[in-house]
Amino acid sequence: MNRIAQAFEANRPFIGFITGGDPSVAKTEEFILEMIAGGADIIEIGIPFSDPIAEGPVIQEANLRALGNGANVDKLFDMVASLRLKTQTPLLFMTYLNPVFRYGYERFFTRCRDCGLDGIIIPDLPYEERQEVEEAASRYGITLISMVAPTSKDRIKQIVEQAQGFIYTVSSMGVTGVRSNLDGSIGELVESIKKETQVPVAVGFGISNPQHARAVAAFADGVIVGSALVNIAAIHGEKAGPLLRQYVQEMKAAMAEA
Amino acid sequence: MDQPIKKGRFGVHGGQYVPETLMNELLKLEQAYTQAMEDAEFRQELNRLLAEYAGRPSLLYHAQKMSADLGGPQIYLKREDLNHTGSHKINNVLGQVLLAKRMGKTRVIAETGAGQHGVATATAAALLGLECVIFMGKEDVERQLLNVYRMELLGATVIPVTTGTMTLKDAVNETMREWTRRVEDTLYVLGSVMGPHPFPTMVRDFQSVIGSETRAQILKETGSLPAAVLACVGGGSNAMGIFYPFIQDEKVRLIGCEAAGQGIETEKHAATIAKGSLGVFHGMKSYFCQDEYGQIAPVYSISAGLDYPGIGPEHAHLYDSGRAEYRPATDEEAVQAFEYLARTEGIICAIESAHAVAQLMKMAKEFTARDSVVICLSGRGDKDVAAIARYRGRNIYE
Repeated sequence: MNRIAQAFEANRPFIGFITGGDPSVAKTEEFILEMIAGGADIIEIGIPFSDPIAEGPVIQEANLRALGNGANVDKLFDMVASLRLKTQTPLLFMTYLNPVFRYGYERFFTRCRDCGLDGIIIPDLPYEERQEVEEAASRYGITLISMVAPTSKDRIKQIVEQAQGFIYTVSSMGVTGVRSNLDGSIGELVESIKKETQVPVAVGFGISNPQHARAVAAFADGVIVGSALVNIAAIHGEKAGPLLRQYVQEMKAAMAEA
Repeated sequence: MDQPIKKGRFGVHGGQYVPETLMNELLKLEQAYTQAMEDAEFRQELNRLLAEYAGRPSLLYHAQKMSADLGGPQIYLKREDLNHTGSHKINNVLGQVLLAKRMGKTRVIAETGAGQHGVATATAAALLGLECVIFMGKEDVERQLLNVYRMELLGATVIPVTTGTMTLKDAVNETMREWTRRVEDTLYVLGSVMGPHPFPTMVRDFQSVIGSETRAQILKETGSLPAAVLACVGGGSNAMGIFYPFIQDEKVRLIGCEAAGQGIETEKHAATIAKGSLGVFHGMKSYFCQDEYGQIAPVYSISAGLDYPGIGPEHAHLYDSGRAEYRPATDEEAVQAFEYLARTEGIICAIESAHAVAQLMKMAKEFTARDSVVICLSGRGDKDVAAIARYRGRNIYE
């Protein structure tokens, strides 16, 4: 069983996202270890991109800061290799396709395997285009995560047939970002996915506080949080580590109540 | 010619690289578009609007003074600048906004650089009674205040985009984000032959009226096909529109003219074919100006309409297959051509179109007086007059 499957086997994972290289690659490594110490079960590392079309302002700005501070995918591979010596927590990349494509699929996924990365999420790679990436990813044992959106409807069946690791369910329309209220229909969406597959279903987009985490943990197999964590890093910069740990602890406590 | 090997592909280019949230909408759009084009009533309505509202067919004008002066081919200008709203953009937006209405949408959104596509979309939305929101980079808003006011006069809301480089590519990003927020009642009216399938095909089809008319007009006028067709290329919609009906005519050279800005040897250009590399961005696989890590490069051109880091996927394929050539023209060459056309033929063309004029001025001697060559004058130059004056050191503001 791979590390991602183990994380879902053990409990309902808290999946925390952080933009790689904001404010620096060294700090990102520290933040990830703090999040893991706070109880994060799976970590998504955002590869910064100049034009992140699925992101709201919080992660967009983090991307630009990271690029401005010299982050690039080679440095993030090194960071993952270093983390892998310290933790067995599953580590995923979240990236737009172009940085992967430009690096070369073979070369990219070889490095993913060599540094101990577990999986990858590519928001601009829908089912129709998945094949060109999946071939290389699977050859190197990297799980390519599928996404389902509130608009997926009759596409759910074909998407989940190809799904590995877990299904990233987008809670609501639009881009990533902190929302005060979650879409009420997300429970139904998760239920309709679960009817079609045994693959665990995690929910992300807009989840930012313990109330959300508790509500989502009641019906989903995992809870994904991005912008709220990135926002803590944005506000507190280099000193964000302990606050990220504390935030994850609070979210985990709320999930345990579900 | 290689035909697309799979849906929405032009060789290796094209595709649908968008978030899952948009996929069902793109599939619906493709289906609605296919049905609409098979529907005689839809085509009739579009043709009526093109004729009675946009002023088609546009003229094919024999520029005799310019032909004699350059001493090369007989030069014909396809006068898209004479269309309603002043450019070829109206051909596409009338098609897409009619389609939006047919799909039951009540709202259209669009990106704009200099404002031509924004003005055209706002115009079609006003005519057909749809709500219209235009996303425009804050830099461009400040440079093109008159066009912003024009769009507002037409009833559109203009939203300045303050992310990234605050120009056209960021306006596209933000329009895509807005579309993922609200797809149910909204169609994204894309302005060029780019983005995810079906946009490159649909926009090319709506723009191919330019080439169909040109082909018939030049045959009628000269009795033979032109030696070459030239058009400027940003995303490439006027070029694709005029090239498409000539693709099977293998003796007709198709020449796309991209913006070399301050020179392709500098970093300040938007010459995607000359300097770009294969990538995936804005929903499509194609050539892009980017760095070694796949970060999209900031691009530059005096022409806001060509100031885009990518090129439509069908152009990328025409380049790969050798069917079309792509040549860079600098700011200075384009400005000289802009001035030359005004003095020689009494036509003030868009600075975008001036890149195609500039290219012909450079290569006129490759043709003989028995050849004819067509240049697509994609738009009129009123919008550029103040900027060109400033480029020449006259401190004129709109």
